[in-house]
Amino acid sequence: MSILTCILGVPLLAAVLLAIVPRNFRVIMRAGALFATGLSAILAVVMYCQFDPADSEYQFVQTLTWVESLGISYSVGVDGINVALVLMAAIVAFAATCVSWDIRDREKEFYILLLVMAGGVIGAFASLDLFFLYIFHEFALVPTFIMIGLWGRGEQKNYATFQITLYLGIGSLLALIGLLGLCIYSGANTFSIPELTEYFSRPDQQIAAGIQSWLFPLLLFGFGILVSLWPFHSWAPMGYASAPTATAMMHAGVLKKFGLYALIRVAVPMLPVGAQDWMPILAWLCLGNLLYCGWVAMRQKDLNWLVGYSSVAHMGFIFLGIASLNVIGLTGAVLVMVAHGFLAALTFALNGYIYRQTGTLEMAQLGGLLRRMPFIGVLLLMAAFAGCGLPGFANFAGEVTVFFGAWDVYPVVTVIACWGALVIGAVYFLRAVRSVLHGPAERWAQVVDANWWRKVPFALLLTFLLLFGFYPRLLTRHIEVGAAKILESVQPAVGQVTPGISNTEITFKN
Amino acid sequence: MNTLLLSHELLVLGLGLALLMAELWTPPTARRLLAYVAVIGVLGIFGFSLATVGSPIEAQYAFNGMFVLDGFALFFKRFFLLATALVLLLAAEFSDRFKAGVGEYYSLILFALLGMLLAASANDFALLFVSLELITVTLYILVGFQRSRLSSLEAGVKYLIIGALSTSFTVFGIALVCGVVGTFSFPELASVVAEHKDNKIFLAGFVMLLAGLGFKLAAFPFQIWAPDVYQGAPSPTAAFLAVGSKAAGIVLLMRVLFTALPAIVEDYAWLLMAASAATILYGNLGAVPQRNLKRLLGYSSIAHAGYLLMGIAALSKPGQSAVLYYLSGYLFTVLAAFIVIGVVLRHLETEDISGLAGLNERSPLLATTMTLAMVSLAGIPPLAGFFGKFLLLKSIIQSGGLWLGLVAVAGVVVSFYYYFGVIKAIYWSKDVPDISPIRVAWPTRAAIYACIAGMFYLGMFPGAMVRWADAAVKTLKF
Repeated sequence: MSILTCILGVPLLAAVLLAIVPRNFRVIMRAGALFATGLSAILAVVMYCQFDPADSEYQFVQTLTWVESLGISYSVGVDGINVALVLMAAIVAFAATCVSWDIRDREKEFYILLLVMAGGVIGAFASLDLFFLYIFHEFALVPTFIMIGLWGRGEQKNYATFQITLYLGIGSLLALIGLLGLCIYSGANTFSIPELTEYFSRPDQQIAAGIQSWLFPLLLFGFGILVSLWPFHSWAPMGYASAPTATAMMHAGVLKKFGLYALIRVAVPMLPVGAQDWMPILAWLCLGNLLYCGWVAMRQKDLNWLVGYSSVAHMGFIFLGIASLNVIGLTGAVLVMVAHGFLAALTFALNGYIYRQTGTLEMAQLGGLLRRMPFIGVLLLMAAFAGCGLPGFANFAGEVTVFFGAWDVYPVVTVIACWGALVIGAVYFLRAVRSVLHGPAERWAQVVDANWWRKVPFALLLTFLLLFGFYPRLLTRHIEVGAAKILESVQPAVGQVTPGISNTEITFKN
Repeated sequence: MNTLLLSHELLVLGLGLALLMAELWTPPTARRLLAYVAVIGVLGIFGFSLATVGSPIEAQYAFNGMFVLDGFALFFKRFFLLATALVLLLAAEFSDRFKAGVGEYYSLILFALLGMLLAASANDFALLFVSLELITVTLYILVGFQRSRLSSLEAGVKYLIIGALSTSFTVFGIALVCGVVGTFSFPELASVVAEHKDNKIFLAGFVMLLAGLGFKLAAFPFQIWAPDVYQGAPSPTAAFLAVGSKAAGIVLLMRVLFTALPAIVEDYAWLLMAASAATILYGNLGAVPQRNLKRLLGYSSIAHAGYLLMGIAALSKPGQSAVLYYLSGYLFTVLAAFIVIGVVLRHLETEDISGLAGLNERSPLLATTMTLAMVSLAGIPPLAGFFGKFLLLKSIIQSGGLWLGLVAVAGVVVSFYYYFGVIKAIYWSKDVPDISPIRVAWPTRAAIYACIAGMFYLGMFPGAMVRWADAAVKTLKF
């Protein structure tokens, strides 16, 4: 059995076992969930260390035939693209379980759903079969709706539940149609990603250009809705503002990256012609994310809404990286995906802690928290710096790589994105820091800082942000191999090579 | 002629008659037990079918080719037997609401089952019509069985009038088709039908035949009766209509289209696709404002008829096999929902969704079952409904009906709203009027477990069922 099956199977198995335990045993629920996600995270770290960057093939592969006549099999494996995503997913899942100590109501259901979500999202990243890729994603998606509905906060939670259900339902079903179309028009009776990629790599077996150019947008917008691509983003901030902390961490941090991952893994290599047609459009749409959503984030009065909009805005960097269709851009995109996964989880976890202590996230009412909660305050400050793209955090490495990649292809968009997004990001994050952390602290006499045990999840997430920020090569040496393989069948995107920055100079030779 | 070919039908007929007689000697208090006898009998016949007839066989004929027993017929016969066993369990649970005629209710269900078994084997317009009538006439009575309840009577009358209308369409259609071609038999029809492609009278007959069968399926534009009848009919009857009657419509439609008229269907695939799209949209959009649970399921059953038509409109082997798979999943899902409705709302006067409030406190089993049923109807993995929809979508896209696939997806998204509305009513409700625990009798419990197992098995291990469905559609054209 492959280690990947263990990483995704442990949480799912634990969910089944917890379903049998009577609901009075509350300690067992929490301990079981912590143990399962912790074990899964440790296994993920072990797998990441064992991953061989020299091998460009899929590693830790395991395949079991499921429905033979339809060519569907359970198949998992990792290459440079998804190995870091699996690691990130497992660690965020553990952190999300850690911060769920404030759930006091229907703990059994909560932890079961959280475990299903964790197993599902890891499975979605690890799957090498389109069918399982899709259903693992659904596994992770459905608990999100239920958790927002049952444990969510705020008056709008019912509305938010329905909105997120319908939006993401449309997105995932559009993507399903696209995936089905892909398999059917290929003429190959298989859902296996390696086989299909191999099949499409021969030019005579590619889907006709006319079909590609309408099949691609199905996938682009289907997956795009899942990633809150502008203008289909409005579900995200409200959903995150209403979600319980762990759900917001898992969804904003991990699950949302699924749509991007599927674009990179499926849409781009299998529909190269369609990708070429649509990527310029995507490049302009990503400005909607970066500028419009960033601008909206500046006007937010609630910290959770602000972080929600900023997480939508950050997706723009990743879209820009994908749209550039070159190794550097794609590497940067995956790097931002991993970095933003840790960052979003960290900020939502911090928000959850602050909300728990103060009972509000209205920035006008908060203030002076740094004095009362030095640890949490400092972490929030660092998260804000990471969100602005300060060097030293993994986000900087990713964003700058994306800009290098995109500069070759879309100089105008890149310039606007650099100036606009980074300035806007700095404005809203620093303003939030000022109004939440600084100022008089008289009101918060009863507020306490995290004790050593509560510090663990925050410290863990920050460690990874800094680790990958100071030494991004840990990630990029894997990712660039994978990205090069993805782009083998794709023509380089049209655009002039900009003097001064040529592709060869920035291939991470440190 | 080999009478063994008719063994399913003869055994069910015998069981029905025996039950009718037994009622005479059973004291009124013990009549509920007759349902369990019927269940054991039907399950016995199901077991007998698996044991003696074995896996799908070469097509065998009786009554000069009027009656056919092939893999396709056998698949549906087993389907009907299983569905009837579960419906009878629900009827036993429900029967204390009938003032009189409890035993008759069970026997009538068995006679309707007989009609369905014959429909599965119909290879000739005469048998098609007779079996259709047997199903419909017994269902008239079953729908209006609660004679003291106005809504039940109203539903009975509505079903009677519209059913009679549909029957006349069917007869007229058969008359026109057979009048032109000069034969009742499907295989003979198939060999000459290509010559009559442009004959207006023949085509008029074809369309009328489709209309008649469309009524049974509750397909647009013949769906108008479904919500009213589902709402008014007793829960077991509504369940039987949703599963048995719909499947009977499907089996006859597939038999007619794919053995008798394959040459002509190709030209009219657009008609089937249009009907499918309209049915999906009508059912799903109509269900959104509904507050009555049975009425909601009535609209949802229209939507599901639309999905099934999608597989038929694909005009391909994968499409046909997907229809069979979808129906199997639908059987467990819908019956699970109706069992919960039958049990929970038994003591309530209203059938409003709010009656489910606090169900998770009153009976976790029933709440879980209802949730699973709704999730499966909505088509979310790992339950049966998802894989069925997946196969249907795949088949229609394969046949070039991408637009229909997109319509279906739009319908599915709309359906999330009302299916999750039901789940929301169970778990989210704030003021719960009644929190007395609900006791579930063990036979009903067994039926519920069977349905849950079926939903999960078909969803997680679809391989075997896909193989059976593929084998069953071998005898059909395309």
